[in-house]
Amino acid sequence: MAQSLGRLRESPSQTAGPYVHIGLTPNFCGIVGVYPNDLGATMVNDKTKGERIGLRIRVLDGTGTPLKDALIEIWQADADGLYNSPAELRGAADPNFFGWGRCPTDMETGLCTFDTIKPGRVPFTDGRLMAPHITLWIVARGINLGLHTRLYFSDEEKANAEDPILARIEQRVRVPTLIAERQGDTYIFNVHLQGEKETVFFDS
Amino acid sequence: MPAESGSNRRPATGAFFQRDRTWHPPALTPNYKTSVLRSPQKAPLSFDNTLSEITGPVFGHAMLGELDADLIHNFARPGESAIGERIIVYGQVLDERGVGVRGALLEFWQANAGGRYRHKKDGYLAPLDPNFGGCGRTITGEDGGYAFRTVKPGPYPWPNGPNDWRPSHIHFSVFGHGFAQRLITQMYFEGDPLIWHCPIVRGIPDKAAIETLIATLDMQATIPFDARAYKFDIVLRGRRASLFENRLEGN
Repeated sequence: MAQSLGRLRESPSQTAGPYVHIGLTPNFCGIVGVYPNDLGATMVNDKTKGERIGLRIRVLDGTGTPLKDALIEIWQADADGLYNSPAELRGAADPNFFGWGRCPTDMETGLCTFDTIKPGRVPFTDGRLMAPHITLWIVARGINLGLHTRLYFSDEEKANAEDPILARIEQRVRVPTLIAERQGDTYIFNVHLQGEKETVFFDS
Repeated sequence: MPAESGSNRRPATGAFFQRDRTWHPPALTPNYKTSVLRSPQKAPLSFDNTLSEITGPVFGHAMLGELDADLIHNFARPGESAIGERIIVYGQVLDERGVGVRGALLEFWQANAGGRYRHKKDGYLAPLDPNFGGCGRTITGEDGGYAFRTVKPGPYPWPNGPNDWRPSHIHFSVFGHGFAQRLITQMYFEGDPLIWHCPIVRGIPDKAAIETLIATLDMQATIPFDARAYKFDIVLRGRRASLFENRLEGN
């Protein structure tokens, strides 16, 4: 036997279940008065720098049916490509932009909407710039480990073409699964959990 | 988050340890039926953390209300309290190096003592408790420690097999220091025989992994004539040290 490294192991994940709203968005599901508002419901204010955009996201199961009990969190850089986080050492992010949002899918339509700003470009590990993107984390009943992916923007063709993460996708036909379609000021993004159009999920 | 006053601690900025996906339940666990149509079937794309995964939001203690960590009272009418076995749940949020994770936001939710959730999708015949909402939150201290007060949730039947019951459990949502540490899990109670029947629990392949989700009764942490205590530690992914690592200036 060699010396033990003495490390712990990450707690195993368990599904968020059908009642995730009680814990994470209680006001949304009628539990009013415990918290003044649901965390992550508002991402921008009048002073936030950057182009205002909307995101309309749906999560579809293997039959194409939208999930009506999922919860999505997003994490993104500010308009200059800086994260509002202690691990961001390149400079101070916009103090009027927290960069994190949370939205439950609508219980009737399955639609999730975020009002945010378009993020700037953030460097990859080797210093090359990644294309503007938003990190998504999706949990729901039936999802055993939160799903991690990214939303890229359809009007950033040049940046997308040189993005080091998108470049790693071997089957090029799958790249569009990560690109949200622009319609006016809104981006439409469908997350497919299974099937021919299955979204590229990440292990990072 | 700015360094706390008087602290000369440098923020940690390394990438996180690779996640051991064999320790977690796989996406497809057919005995938990809902996973069948909601489980990705293609291999995930693996890459080392970029800044987008290494960074993450930080929540300040200022957002917490006085009763946020007291589920017995945070939804109750003045002078009243939730019905059920009064318990304290406490423990530490640690990373895989064994270091306490300070400033971690924990959110928790649960059924009431009869096994009923305050949610329009829950039609179980056990009654709602007018004094119990079922949600709470707290932020860990300097050593990663946390505690909250609640009632022990009841087990309940759920539509999966014809007669499946969930063991008593509390859901936990955890933020670490980087978004790649984000985790949702469930805490079970020592001695509950339903744990080993549950299709959701049994999605975790390794018995040793399941046991890390079972809170231990701690009689030394009880409050006599008031509440029993259960200890539950949570482990998040560790950060790699940047020993001899080639790092770009300022990255």
